[in-house]
Amino acid sequence: MKVSIDAELCQGQGRCFSIAPDVFGFNDLGNGVVLGEGTLTPETLKLARLAMANCPEHAIFIEESS
Amino acid sequence: MSEKLPVADFATDFDHVDSTWVMDPYPIWEDLRSRCPVAHTDRYGGAWFPATHEGVTTIAKDTVHFSSRSVIIGNGRPTEEDLPAPIGLAPPITSDPPFHAIARRLILPAFAPGPINALEPQMRAMCVQLLDRFGDDEVVNAGMAYANYIPPSVIRQMLGFPESDTERFLEIAHITIENVDKPEEERIEEFVPVNEYFLAQIEDHLANPRDDMTSFLLNVELDGEKLPHELVSGVMILILVAGIDTTWSAIGAALWHLAQHPEDLARLVNEPDLMPVAIEEFLRFYAPVTMARLVKEDMDYLGCAMKQDDWILLGFPAANRDPAVFKDADQFIIDRAENRHVAFGLGIHRCAGSNLARLELKVALEEFIKRYPTFELADPGAVTWSQGQIRGPRNLPLRTLR
Repeated sequence: MKVSIDAELCQGQGRCFSIAPDVFGFNDLGNGVVLGEGTLTPETLKLARLAMANCPEHAIFIEESS
Repeated sequence: MSEKLPVADFATDFDHVDSTWVMDPYPIWEDLRSRCPVAHTDRYGGAWFPATHEGVTTIAKDTVHFSSRSVIIGNGRPTEEDLPAPIGLAPPITSDPPFHAIARRLILPAFAPGPINALEPQMRAMCVQLLDRFGDDEVVNAGMAYANYIPPSVIRQMLGFPESDTERFLEIAHITIENVDKPEEERIEEFVPVNEYFLAQIEDHLANPRDDMTSFLLNVELDGEKLPHELVSGVMILILVAGIDTTWSAIGAALWHLAQHPEDLARLVNEPDLMPVAIEEFLRFYAPVTMARLVKEDMDYLGCAMKQDDWILLGFPAANRDPAVFKDADQFIIDRAENRHVAFGLGIHRCAGSNLARLELKVALEEFIKRYPTFELADPGAVTWSQGQIRGPRNLPLRTLR
């Protein structure tokens, strides 16, 4: 499972990196970025989903491959 | 100026400075959502108010049909002359694409989490100092003597303006955000000392450059040229105005809520880790900021026959109470886990100072409840609310119980 942020949609609301600091960070403009490859473990998946549910711009996507 | 007529029906004649709206706008918005859902008024030269989350977010993201060249509704329609597009008077909040992105890129790094989080220790020390001034007083004014001092002190430090100017800042923010229904000539006259003040600060920084945002703005280059002073002054006015009344209102509203909900106050005192989640709910439930847009051209939009230069009152606080998007939207739920609120706006004009606002709110609340773990409204009838597009309590006497 992988998480990604659509940089076109992200406006730097800052919700993702405060909810899931192990999954998301921020760039010099304060926009959200995925840390590393964005591969999720069962624990980080929960937090990534919560961040997704809190992003006002709907900019976070989780690819749930088998 | 003649006396204003009372509002007959908020669906067809709304006025956001009407006393009913100022005191408690939420029932009005709920009513509008059920029967409009876009309200209209002939006041202010003509304005529309979408009351739903869908209406607000659609317009907020649509920079093709709506302009930001004025974001505070004034008395009457603006002209191209007094509000030049696409830059506007206070970039980037008053800018449209493509200039908007250039101006925004310029200021965003200064408001990213890194530099903002570095301000926390001095912010905390300042809150402690303000609380110390209350001494052994049983009743403290959390609005006029606490919340309203925090944002101006922080912004003043960031801009590098004299410490003695904190009170002056309050006046400037007040002039710009409130009293929107004064006649245009009076508004222009009121702005003279504001502009003079900023130009004097620019002169001082040119003579004595230092490590602050004013010097940064004076030195930054756009296409190989430094910014004209009017532009620097515009950005500074934006930072000051957008950063003071707004955060002060958010801090005040949170304290007003806690004073009346001892169960929520007790949870925050006993569960400090809850604070970040609680802050998002304070922001949703008591979102202080309503913005404005201008209709670019005659069109049918959201079922309304909009005319060029009609105002749009963009009510993020109303969007945050829409039950179509938020479960139990009219309930304050301190540990609400899923909270996609739009208190800081949406799209390209997302509040640039949101990281700063959140930090101020967190530090101000943490320090206040640490000093006063229990408090209540000293006199509910004495609480007053600001009038205009920024909503929050002003006079807020609290009885502290120890």
